[in-house]
This record gives sequence, C-alpha cells and structure tokens, in this order.
Amino acid sequence: METPTINDLSICIATENGSGSASANNILFKAIFKMGIPCSSKNMFPSNIQGLPTWYQIRASAEGYLGRKDVIDVMVMFNDVTAAKDIHRVRDGGIILYDDSTPLPPHLKREGVQYLGVPADKIVQKILPTSPLRGKQKNMLYVGALAYLFGIDMETIKAVLEDTFGKKPAVIESNLVCIDAGYRHMQENGLNQDIARFQAIPNGNKGKIITEGNTACALGTIYGGVSFVAWYPITPSSSLAEALEHYIPRLRKGNGKPTYAIIQAEDEIAAAGMVIGAGWAGTRSMTCTSGPGLSLMNESVGLAYFTEIPSVFLIVQRGGPSTGLPTRTQQADLQLMYCCSHGDTRHIILIPHDMKSCFDFARRSFDLAERFQTPVFVATDLDLGMNFWSSEPFQLEKGPFDRGKVLTAEQIEQWEKQGKKFRRYFDADGDGIPYRTIPGNRHPHASYFTRGSGHDADARYSEDEKDYKETLDRLRRKFETARKYVPKPIVEMNEGVKTGIICFGSSYEATREARNRLRAEGLKTNHLLLRALPLSEEVKKFLEAHEVVYLVEQNRDAQMAAIIKEDWPELGAKIVSVLIYDGLPVTAGEIVRQIFNGAQATPREVLKQVQVKG
Amino acid sequence: MAEKKLNRINLSEKDYEGAASTMCRGCGHDAITASIIRAFFQSGVDPRKVVKLSGIGCSSKTPAYFLSQAFGFNGVHGRMSALATGANLANRNLIPIGVSGDGDTAAIGLGNFCHMMRRNVNITYIVENNGVYGLTKGQFSATADKGSRMKAGKINDMPAIDVAELAITFGATYVARSFSGDRKQLAPLIQGALAHKGSAILDVLSPCVTFNNHEGSTKSLKYIRENLDPIHDVDFIPQYENIEVDYKEGTDHAVTLHEGSRIVLHKLNSDYDPTNKTQALTAIHAAVAEGKFLTGLIYYDPNRLEFAEELNLCETPLAELGQDLLQPPAELLDEINAEFMK
Repeated sequence: METPTINDLSICIATENGSGSASANNILFKAIFKMGIPCSSKNMFPSNIQGLPTWYQIRASAEGYLGRKDVIDVMVMFNDVTAAKDIHRVRDGGIILYDDSTPLPPHLKREGVQYLGVPADKIVQKILPTSPLRGKQKNMLYVGALAYLFGIDMETIKAVLEDTFGKKPAVIESNLVCIDAGYRHMQENGLNQDIARFQAIPNGNKGKIITEGNTACALGTIYGGVSFVAWYPITPSSSLAEALEHYIPRLRKGNGKPTYAIIQAEDEIAAAGMVIGAGWAGTRSMTCTSGPGLSLMNESVGLAYFTEIPSVFLIVQRGGPSTGLPTRTQQADLQLMYCCSHGDTRHIILIPHDMKSCFDFARRSFDLAERFQTPVFVATDLDLGMNFWSSEPFQLEKGPFDRGKVLTAEQIEQWEKQGKKFRRYFDADGDGIPYRTIPGNRHPHASYFTRGSGHDADARYSEDEKDYKETLDRLRRKFETARKYVPKPIVEMNEGVKTGIICFGSSYEATREARNRLRAEGLKTNHLLLRALPLSEEVKKFLEAHEVVYLVEQNRDAQMAAIIKEDWPELGAKIVSVLIYDGLPVTAGEIVRQIFNGAQATPREVLKQVQVKG
Repeated sequence: MAEKKLNRINLSEKDYEGAASTMCRGCGHDAITASIIRAFFQSGVDPRKVVKLSGIGCSSKTPAYFLSQAFGFNGVHGRMSALATGANLANRNLIPIGVSGDGDTAAIGLGNFCHMMRRNVNITYIVENNGVYGLTKGQFSATADKGSRMKAGKINDMPAIDVAELAITFGATYVARSFSGDRKQLAPLIQGALAHKGSAILDVLSPCVTFNNHEGSTKSLKYIRENLDPIHDVDFIPQYENIEVDYKEGTDHAVTLHEGSRIVLHKLNSDYDPTNKTQALTAIHAAVAEGKFLTGLIYYDPNRLEFAEELNLCETPLAELGQDLLQPPAELLDEINAEFMK
C-alpha cells in the first residue's frame, strides 16, 4: 500500500489524434488548474490531422514544477495501436485506465500495475445512441473516471465547461452527461486507487494565467507596435501568426481601418523579402517561422544584415534537420540563427524561457531591431510555443518605443547647419550604428541607395578592399555594442559553490527542478539563465567563478557551448554539456541522470573515443 | 543659351538623371533608362516620393542611373517583388518603380513575381528583357525563344516564357510590351504605368549588345526591329493637362487611368480592346506563332483594387503611425489576462 501523495501526479493520456481527445484533455487540465493546484501539460502530437497516436501528459506538482515528468503515474490507455508500449511506460505501482468495453487481450496485461476499466464505448452507445459525435464524446468518459479516482469535483468541471463553451449550452450538456457517466461508473462499481489525491488549494492559482508561448509572443509583437507581418504556414509557428491575426483587430482598433498588414506569403523567401521591404520603408515588421522556413530565409537575412534593415524573426524551433520532427521540440537552430546567411554574420537573438519573457522579448525585439538596424531573432521552441504554461499575467512595461537613429528632414537640416552631413553607413558615434533615413523623407540629401553589394560609408557601390573591410569591421563593432543592450542573464550565486549550471529557453523549468534534486543528493549548484546573444560579460564571470559548468541544451552538437567557446576559448574546458535531443520536452530526471553519469560525452569526445579505438 | 524646359514641379529633365551608367556601350537598358527619365519628367513626378527597386543582374543595376534624388533598393536575386510588396504596404504614398531582368523575373524570382501580380501590388515593374544572362556572361534565360542560337552556337531547346502573357494570366492590371529603342511608345507607356494603381508590368525588349546580338538570336537588335508588331501608337495625357487630343472615333481608344490621366491608343490595324483579357491573350499567341513581338498596351483592367486598397489599410502610411496608434492600451492587456485565467 502506498500513502497517497497530495497534488503530485503525472497522467499520460494516449489517444488517436483527431478523435476529440484534445478537448477532453483540455478540460481535465483546466479543472486541475482551477482547483488551484500547480500544473502543466505537454502535448506530444503527430504531424498529422487524424488517426495517428498522440499523447498528452498532465503533471500536477505540489512543489510547483512545470517541466515534463519522466515518471508516469497514470496511463490512460485509449489507443489500441500504442497500448502494448504504453503499458510499459507507467511506473511500477502505477495505474492503467482503459476502455473495458471488450476484455483486455492477454498481451496488454502487465504485473505490478493496477488496471481500472471504464467501458467508454458501451456507455456512450447507451447514453448517446444517435449522436454523430459519439466517437469523440467517448473521451469525456476518462475525464469523469479520473475526476472520481483522484478527486476533482463535478462543480469544478462544470465551471470549466462553462468557461470553455460558454455560449453553447447544448455542448456543455452533452459533455457533462459523458463526464458524469464516467464518474458514476467508477463510483458505483467501487473502483478506486490509493496512489494520489487532488486537494483544492484555495486561491492557489489566483491571478495566474494559462497560455501558450505562441500566443504570448503574438501579444508581445502587438504591444511592440508591429504593423507589418508576412508569414508562411509551418508547424510549430503557424499558431503564432494566427494568434496575431486573432488579437490584432481587437487590440489595434485605430480609426476603423487596419493600422497593420498581415500577409500570408507564397513561401518563406517572399515572407522575408516583404518584411525587409517594409522594415526599410519604416514599419516595425516581422515574420515567424520554424527551421525549414529559416533555411529558406538565409539569403534575405544576410541582405538585411548587410544593408542594415530592422526586421524581426520569431523562430519556433522544432526537430531538424530537413523535415525532421515537425511536431517535436528542439533547440537545434541556434547556430543557424546566430550565423544566418553566407558570409560573416552574427545576429542578435532573444531567448525567452517562460510566458512573460515570450511577451516581453517579442515586444522588445522591435526596439532592438530599430536601435541596431539589423535582423533580430526571438528564439522559442515547440515546447514553449505550443504547450500550455501557467504564468503570472502579462504586464506592459510603459515607456516610449526606441526607434533608433532615424533622421528626419528637419534633423538633417539642423545637422547641415552644424556642418555635419548625413552619411548612411558612417559610424558617426563610434558604436558601429550609423544613422538612417526613411523613404519618404523629403530632405534633398536624405535619399540613398540601399544595396546588398559592396558599399562605402555613403552607400555608394564599392568594390574597394578598404571600404569592404571597414563595413565588415563596423558591423562587428555594432554587434559588440549590442552585448550591453540585450537582456542580461539571470544569475543565482551562492558562496562557496564550485559547480554551475547554465541553461536557456524551455530547459529552464526542468533545470530549476533538477537543481533542487541535485541539492537533495548533495550537489549544490549555482545557476545562470542565458537570455540573449551576443553573450554578455556575466557569462564569462560565471564561467570564471566555477570549476565546472554544466550547460543544458536541447541539441546534439552542443551549439550554445560552441558559441560560448567562440567568445572565450580559454574557458571552454570548464563546460560540460548536458545534451537532450529526443524531441520531447526536457525532464529534470534526464538532466540529473546525465550530470551524475559525468554528463554525456560531447561530440568531440565521442570522436576521440572513436579514434582511440581505431 | 536656351532656357531649360521645366515640368509642372519646376524640374528639368536633367533633375531626373542618376549616376553615370556602367552598362556596355549601346546596351538597350540605357535606352530604357532614358525613357524612364523622360516619363518621370513628363509626368512631373516628385522624385522624392519615388522608390526604385531591383534584384540582381545588369538590368537591376540601372536604378542607380536615374532619379538620384529617390531612395533605391537593390536587393537579392529574384526577390524584388517581395521587397516591393513590403515597401508598398509600409508606405502607400510612395511611388514604386521596379526594374528587373528576365532571369530575375522569369526564372529565380518567377514565383514571387506571379504572386505579386496575383495580389495586384501597386508598382511600375519594368522587365528589361534580352533573353540572356548578361552579368554571368551569356547563358540563356527563360525568355529565350526555342531555336534561338547562343553566341557560341548552342541552340535553345526550351520554350520561352512570355512575360506579358504571364502577367495577364496572374492578375496584373496593366500589361504592356515595348522595345528599348522606341522611346515614343515606351515613355508614354511608362507614364501610364505610373498613373495606374496596381501591378503595371512592362515587358521591354532590350537587346544585349554583347551576348545576344548575333545572327540566329531572336533577341538581337536587328531581329527585334524587323519583327515588331505594334497594336497602336500611344499618347499619354496627364490628368493635369486639359488637352483636347486628336481623337478619331472608331479607330482610337482612350483609357482613363486612376488619377484621371488618359492613355490614348491610336489603333493601327484591327479592333483591339485592351480591356478584353481573352482577346489580349489570343493576340499574344497569334503574334508569337508568327515570330512577332506584339507591342503597346496589351491589357488593362480598370476595376480591380490594388493590394493596399484590398486590405483596406488606413490612409496614413503604416510607416508614419506613432506609438499612440501602434501600442494598444494596457487595459486591454488586463482584459486578455483575465480571459486567460479561466
């Protein structure tokens, strides 16, 4: 017998996609949230519309951890196709909830777990004999069964249904009938368990919001004053553009007519080109895409870098290379972003790690793009972008937009009175950032010729070696200036601790949890959350202050480690990479495991081993 | 010294010039540049309202050679349509002119070109069409005719893409073809394109004197001259000039453009109605079958809205909106937060 844990449980729900389970899962998750229990959900879905296996993992965590849990306490086995594997994913002592309308075949039986049945098929046939939605409603049965087993009261579920389907009483009713049937089946048949209970925490989630990173980023761009968007549909970034389209008419009423243009382009090349054209002409413009789209945008990003045009690229990373795993998460496009385009380039990247920073960084990206007259990336991933996260509410930091060094006709006039001349690519302030004018400026000396080919400080065509080198050097100076402007890392230092952990983006939650588990095992760590590239001095100091620094990243080739080593090669030896790249959201368990195993070999070490053996 | 002729905004034709050309001597593109200068001068367009866009190739260098007071953007190969779409929506008060080549437009940038026209983005888009890649020294382009011979003797065995036909098919609303050497026809066609709101495509035959001007080429100066098939003579009457034209009922066709300017087409042969899409395509096909270049205003759609209008954008250019209009009030964010708490 186990002592039931309170509010600490992971439930994995295995279904077929397109079967209506998304709706059932959503209701279950929101009901737990409404009880005030800290919780998170991860949707591990296929690149498909109907009929392929999909898993939804809900985690309730009394301690407030939002990362994925690698131990599954309850498996809702509602997909015959994956059942044989699913039964082995649940922990010893865990529970398998299944549809026992027909007897369980012997190969799906396993020792050491508790099987609980709910005859979902039979029940829906009985209570909804004529409904065409019967197949979909069947999923509501497990919601009811779980509600009874773990203690979610029907009033809470009713409230969630009303929040979700407010204006459709018939839908609320038909869902409720099914959930209630599932609940009563368990109750009337005395089916129960003793591994965990949910217990409402009054006001536990009061003031917290639930949202996805793509929505948070979309809202951020709207509050950042975006007025031009060009995009091409691609998972997992489409829902970002769609959220923008959804919210912007309501938020930016203007004088009745749209104060923005959102264009679904013919491909990502066109999307990038349009964004650059619009940025050149003076709007705050952006695109959003994922790895394959960014691959296509490379040439245009180089153009914007070399011609110095403000533009924002929101990249929601997925598994690559090639088509890779379109519906799984990765941080493997870091170097693609950092060095996007042929030739020498380095780009500013903002890396949010939660919903608030998705909102804030998306908003701020336009300030940075206009300040530095360059493409700015906002790098998220599928885990942040498409999963529900609970968060403190968004807050608008008030203050004027930074439109950067833009000269109006009047300012040029004044400059000329002071004997100064507008020169488009001249480093007047020594920070590498030149002044620009915007087409439509009516001063006779305002116009210039923008070109992706070699140019001098006055924007004239030039193949002169000195001009070329000067331009490249100034662009590098500009990048160095950016080090002081981008969001600084968040550092947690404790006296006498010799081990550091660096992480960034969606690894944050799991890393936070891993550090607590490491401490419980006797390994104290300091922490640095990286939030932007170029790297700032704090990263260097952090490396210097520790004997060993674990760097958690979600890619095979230790891409962030390579970027750090490029800046401070002498400190590179301190970095031990924790590399997680199976496409699933990171778990604290995996981070802990790798650290205690002396951390995974970096590719270079792998290579050494191969050579030694040979 | 004779007084310089000034236009309605007191500029001389010289004020519309640009940097010295670096094209080969005798290049058709320089003649087109001269027609562009003439058209802008004649129409009295303020160069500071103009943006010049181009891609990559010889033709794409030419925006540097006219309207030095205008902003210019020489982007990457084949993507001028995309740049123009962004720039046009960002500031609908700007007057965009794009200059491109047959490689830029009909090969690498074909997809973007078609979609720009499908959207009817407001632009005057000139294709300086010579059937050959000049800057990379003489490869066939996608507009080279089947059977045309390369300088070194190779025969082109692929059918040509007809830019005008393509433009009509994909939704351009002003489609003309002309010849670099015919300023009398070309300049008024450019003036018409500038007055038109929407995608105005001018396919301008422009012999490459270095790589495609030999016997056996169907884009040589000689071949083009011998095979021009003008539909009509063209006059452009700006809206601000209240001139009575010599208009012959029955044989002349007047087209009124968006801002009240008119193009008068003096028909040379049969009935030709440029607003009839089917007739326009048939005429192109017939001319191609005879190895002729149909020139003039081939197609015109007076009804379709340009893209910015289709999107119903606010009158103030997006680029000129201030933070008061761009940033929603914080209260609305609180409202959304509250919805996310449910």
